[in-house]
Amino acid sequence: MTPAERFARLPGLLAADTDLRRRGRWLDVDCRIDIGAEPFHLVLRQGALAALERGPRLMRATAFSIRGTDEAWRRHWHKVPEPGWHDLFALAKRGVASMEGDLRPLLQNLQYFKDLLALPRRLAEED
Amino acid sequence: MAPALEPMTGRYLRMEIEGIAHRVYFEEAGQGIPLVCLHTAGADNRQYRHLLADPEITRRFRVLAFDMPWHGKSTPPDGWQEGEYRLTTASYTAAIRAFCQALELERPVVMGCSIGGRIVLNLAIAHAAEFRALIALEAADFQQPWYDTAWLHRPDVHGGEVSAALISGLIAPHSPPASRHETLWMYMQGGPGVFKGDLYFYRVDGDLREKVKTIDTKVCPLYLLTGEYDFSCTAEDTLRTARQIPGVEVQIMKQVGHFPMSENPAKFREYILPVLAKISSSRPPHA
Repeated sequence: MTPAERFARLPGLLAADTDLRRRGRWLDVDCRIDIGAEPFHLVLRQGALAALERGPRLMRATAFSIRGTDEAWRRHWHKVPEPGWHDLFALAKRGVASMEGDLRPLLQNLQYFKDLLALPRRLAEED
Repeated sequence: MAPALEPMTGRYLRMEIEGIAHRVYFEEAGQGIPLVCLHTAGADNRQYRHLLADPEITRRFRVLAFDMPWHGKSTPPDGWQEGEYRLTTASYTAAIRAFCQALELERPVVMGCSIGGRIVLNLAIAHAAEFRALIALEAADFQQPWYDTAWLHRPDVHGGEVSAALISGLIAPHSPPASRHETLWMYMQGGPGVFKGDLYFYRVDGDLREKVKTIDTKVCPLYLLTGEYDFSCTAEDTLRTARQIPGVEVQIMKQVGHFPMSENPAKFREYILPVLAKISSSRPPHA
């Protein structure tokens, strides 16, 4: 599976995590996550994924975007990630991920988003 | 059945720091060489509760851990509401020395983590002769910032929760979940703007580049220990700092992050016991 293919499994992973949805219950936001060159548009409502759309969307409004290289996500999703690849901000500090746009909903729900973006770690590793 | 009491006791100490009256909370346990422990930014002395309850340590050391003013159960000074809290190199150094003097500690060992580690480097630079040994955890002369601290104190973001979420990434994946979340809980409990005010020292006021070259480990031995999962103070930051200090002892801790004593007490014990054994078995320099 490519990193983008793994991220495409997000709806099932989040649906199975009742605690994460509970922690995100105040959250309604549209945001964009780029896995390498592939954009994903997330529609989050009360902490659940109302929609996950894969691929470019013309003039799609989004509150914020998080972009990471294929390598960044692949290594971030190791079952036990290596030092420096284990956290979103570690990836940003080493220059392989970035956060742009209105970061307020991200910072208001930061642990939720960190945990959401780490969910593909639960899929069996392949490498 | 006897009550399951832990061995440490807590008291409040009245003392002046830079001429201002303070009421400082501290806990202590054990006897022997005084070992003063400094918590990380935005946290409190509970980070050291495992050391305070470790008979292997407390049989040779009088372990003391105080809450910095504004942290834990140490209240801010009177009039705190009229200004913004900002920790500086001068005020932090003064607080540590005032605590040691108020309790009449004779040449204590000081161990600090993160900002506590950075200030330990400053103690080595400016006041080495007052201490028997210095231990800096997760410390370097300078670290590259990795987020904007403005997010830590504003009305539309919960300061405790965003602080905990930010620093959660500094904990190693191997650390036990209960210890991880206990570490995060302390961050969630910090007063408004306190973590941000501590980081003023870290980011703006406490740059020790060049100054660390003046450290003389013959006056006071210095130990640096950093967790490999700490991306705030990276292993390379600590090793770069160590290369500038002849005689320093440096160790990179495997499977540990930025909060060794609280995120993984059992693993930290493996690293700190040999350091403490070495300190207790050697004569204080120039004694």
